[in-house]
Amino acid sequence: MRKIRIKKRHIFPTNLVQWISLFAINGYFPVIKNPNLYQGRLKGLVCPSLNCYSCPLAYTSCPIGLMQHFAIIRAIPAYLLGWLGIIGATVGRAQCGWVCPFGLVQDLLYRIGKIKLPLPRGFVFVKYLILAGMIPLSMLTLDPVFCQFICPAGTLFAGIPQVLWIPDLRALVAHLFWIKISVLSIVVILSMMIKRPFCRALCPLGAFYSLFNRVSALKLQVDMDRCTECDLCYQVCPMDIKIYKDPNQIECIRCNRCVRICPEDAISVELFGKPLGKKQGIPLKVKVE
Amino acid sequence: MKKKLIPAGILIVSIALLLLGIMRKEYMEVFRRGILICLECIGIG
Repeated sequence: MRKIRIKKRHIFPTNLVQWISLFAINGYFPVIKNPNLYQGRLKGLVCPSLNCYSCPLAYTSCPIGLMQHFAIIRAIPAYLLGWLGIIGATVGRAQCGWVCPFGLVQDLLYRIGKIKLPLPRGFVFVKYLILAGMIPLSMLTLDPVFCQFICPAGTLFAGIPQVLWIPDLRALVAHLFWIKISVLSIVVILSMMIKRPFCRALCPLGAFYSLFNRVSALKLQVDMDRCTECDLCYQVCPMDIKIYKDPNQIECIRCNRCVRICPEDAISVELFGKPLGKKQGIPLKVKVE
Repeated sequence: MKKKLIPAGILIVSIALLLLGIMRKEYMEVFRRGILICLECIGIG
């Protein structure tokens, strides 16, 4: 069988959208004049991706922080669940691939790493345990446990900037802050070796959206008559998925890199069962051995 | 048909939940939570 390898680093539309999303979600730069955080009306909106509301630049509120907050105050978050349900039912887990700022951070870190390792298979289920355990634990402890002990996105985008900018907060730094810095450091190191380790193993929001992947309106289709199983899609997949084995598996983040890269045009996207047209990717330089 | 009905059904339920949340002014609770620095989130609380 012929082997195809990517000859040149390819820029996907996802990369561009990820950067635009980063600044669209975290674009409140006037905060630099007065270190604190954005306190305008947009904070009443829920961010589609994991993005800490304590990030000084954040316009919107974090869905995972809110899930825990509503658990603590023992209220059913209809507004939050409705919003997340609309996203899930429409595009499944696509926001992880196109919008999430911490996903972008992991993608960039993976590019600079030299040693490449696969994620041990069982680790993908940890995020479901976190999702299932987070709510009852928050109700019991009256603390947002995921944000408090795990969330590396909160540490990177909120913890470090806030502690550096606000002297009063710096004085309050204790062991918990260093625990979070340690978690972030581990995730950063792992991200250089493993593709998106946080998204695949730990993110409860990814776990929530993945429940919609098989039933969402946006789906991928693989024409197995065309597919040669060259594994080019597997090489570019940020989630290490062989899409031809199951086009709508729950780990897929619908970044469409496989659609763009497939030399046989075997993978297509459909919305509500209707094809979204032919791919319009830039022809990729590949090396055939 | 099933491909269209399931996402459409979830979408309708989700929109109904969102509207219920808006009627109950839950966005105000989201706003109140979002405008304060969450000490737990930044590793201090």
